[in-house]
Amino acid sequence: MYNETVMEHFTNPRNVGEIPDASGVGEVGNVVCGDILRVYIKVKDGVLDDVKYMTFGCGAAVASGSMMTELAKGKTVEEGLKLTNNDVAKALGGLPAQKKHCSNLAADALHKAIEDWKQKASAAAGRA
Amino acid sequence: MRKVYLDHAATTPLHPEVYSLMCRFMKDTFGNPSSIHSFGREARKWVEEARQQVADLIKASPEEIYFTSGGTEADNLAILGTAAARRKKGNHIITSSIEHHAVLDTCKYLEKNGYEVTFLPVDRYGMVDPDDVRKAIRRDTILISIMHANNEIGTIEPIEEIGRIAREHEVIFHTDAVQTAGKIPVDVEALGVDLLTLSSHKIYGPKGIGALYKRKGLRLLPVVHGGGQEKKLRSGTENTIGIVGFGKAAEIAARDLEEEHDRTKRLRDRLVRGILEKIPEVRLNGHPEKRLPHNANFSFAYVEGESMLLSLDLKGIAASSGSACSSRALEPSHVLTAIGLPYELIHGSLRMTLGRANDEEDIDYVLEVLPEIVNRLRSFSPLAQKHPVGWAG
Repeated sequence: MYNETVMEHFTNPRNVGEIPDASGVGEVGNVVCGDILRVYIKVKDGVLDDVKYMTFGCGAAVASGSMMTELAKGKTVEEGLKLTNNDVAKALGGLPAQKKHCSNLAADALHKAIEDWKQKASAAAGRA
Repeated sequence: MRKVYLDHAATTPLHPEVYSLMCRFMKDTFGNPSSIHSFGREARKWVEEARQQVADLIKASPEEIYFTSGGTEADNLAILGTAAARRKKGNHIITSSIEHHAVLDTCKYLEKNGYEVTFLPVDRYGMVDPDDVRKAIRRDTILISIMHANNEIGTIEPIEEIGRIAREHEVIFHTDAVQTAGKIPVDVEALGVDLLTLSSHKIYGPKGIGALYKRKGLRLLPVVHGGGQEKKLRSGTENTIGIVGFGKAAEIAARDLEEEHDRTKRLRDRLVRGILEKIPEVRLNGHPEKRLPHNANFSFAYVEGESMLLSLDLKGIAASSGSACSSRALEPSHVLTAIGLPYELIHGSLRMTLGRANDEEDIDYVLEVLPEIVNRLRSFSPLAQKHPVGWAG
C-alpha cells in the first residue's frame, strides 16, 4: 500500500513534538475525516529555523508531516509558503490515490503556521 | 519474525482437512452435477453430502440449503427474493443500522426502488431492542433482517426474541449468521428464523461459496436466472469444489465447536484483561458478555487506527480497524457510529478476532508489542494534549 520511503518516515518520523516557544502554530484537518496535523515553527531572521509537527492520523499523515518538516527546515518563510502538498507527496515517492486529499495536508499546516507567525509579528509591531 | 493472525472475522485459512479433501475431489471429480451420466452422478453425490454437512451445522434439513457464491449473495437473495415474492402483500422492511453492507446496501437499493425500510437503532453495546422491532412492524411489513452477531464488535443479537415477534406477526425473518455459525451454536428452529445466511471462508473453508437456509415452503424469487440449479432458486453450474470444501469445513466446525469456543474465549479474555491492564484510556467496544467468543474490539484514545494497523503489521500482527483511513470508502465504521462513539474513538478502534492458529504465546506477544505502539503514536498526537486524562473512559 505505502512505498518504502513512506514506511520509513512512518517508522522514524523526523521532527515530531512541540516547540514550546513557537513563533507560529498551524493546524489542519478534523476528526470527522480522521486526520489532524499541527505544525510549530520557529522563525529567525526570516528563516524557518525549526519546524516540528504532531499528528493524529494514518500512515500517510505521519509520513507527510515528517517529510514536510525536512523540506521546510532552513528555508526562508517565502520559500515555505511556496511548498505544496504535492511537493511533499513527490518527495515521499508518491502516496496512494485515496490518501492524496485527506492525509496530505502538511504543507497546508505549515502555511497556517507561517500566517500565524505573520499575524503575531505584525501585532507585535503595532504595539511597538 | 513471529506472525500472529488476529483477523479471523475477515477471513480464515483453509483447514488442512478441507484442503486435502478439495485436492482429492478436484483431481478426480469434474462432472457437472446436473448431468445424468456417471461423471455427473458422482459430482452430485459429493454436492449432496456437503449439503447435509452444512444443514447439520445449523440443525436444518438438507433440502433447505441453497448454495450461493458467498454470504453477500445469500443476503441479496434473502432480501431481494422476499421483496419480489411478497410485493403484493407490502413493501416495508425492518433491519438494523449495524448490519453488514451486504444487507444494509441491499435494503438501501430497495428503498430507491419503491420499498420502505426502517433502520432500527442499537444501544451503546450494539444491541437491537426486540421491543423496537415489535413497534416497527406495520400491516405492510414483509421482512425483518437482523444479523445474528455483529462482525465488528461481536455483539450477539436477541434473535430468538425477535424470531418470536416475527412469527406472531407473520413476518418473514432473515438473519445473517456469517459470523456466528461454527463459533456459537446456531439452530434455525430455536432461533425462529425463516432465512439464514452462511459463508464458508469464515469457518476455514474456501472463498467464493456460501449458502442460504430457506425454511421449507417459504416462497422466494430468484435473483440469478438461468439453468434452474438449486431448485430454480440459484441458477449457474454448482461450484462443486467450493461446495465440497464448505461441507467439510461445516462438518469440522460442528465437531469442534465447543472446544474451539472455550479455547478462543479463554485466549480472548486473556487479551482483553491484558490490554485493559497495560494500556490507559482504552475502552472495549461491544457487549461485555453477550459477544462472540473470539472477538475483541477496542478504542484507544488519541491514536488513529490505520497507524496502529501499520505498526502492528511491522511486528507481524494482523488486525483491523473501523477508522475511516483504513476503509476503502474512507468512511468511519457505521457500526461504531451507531453505538454512539465520538469520531476520535472510531478512528482509534482496533479489532482483533482470534481463531484456530492462535495460542497463549500469540496473545502475550500482542500484550508485549501493543502498549509500545500505542505509547509511540500517543507521544506525537495533538489530541493527547487537548483532552484531560480519563476522557475516553
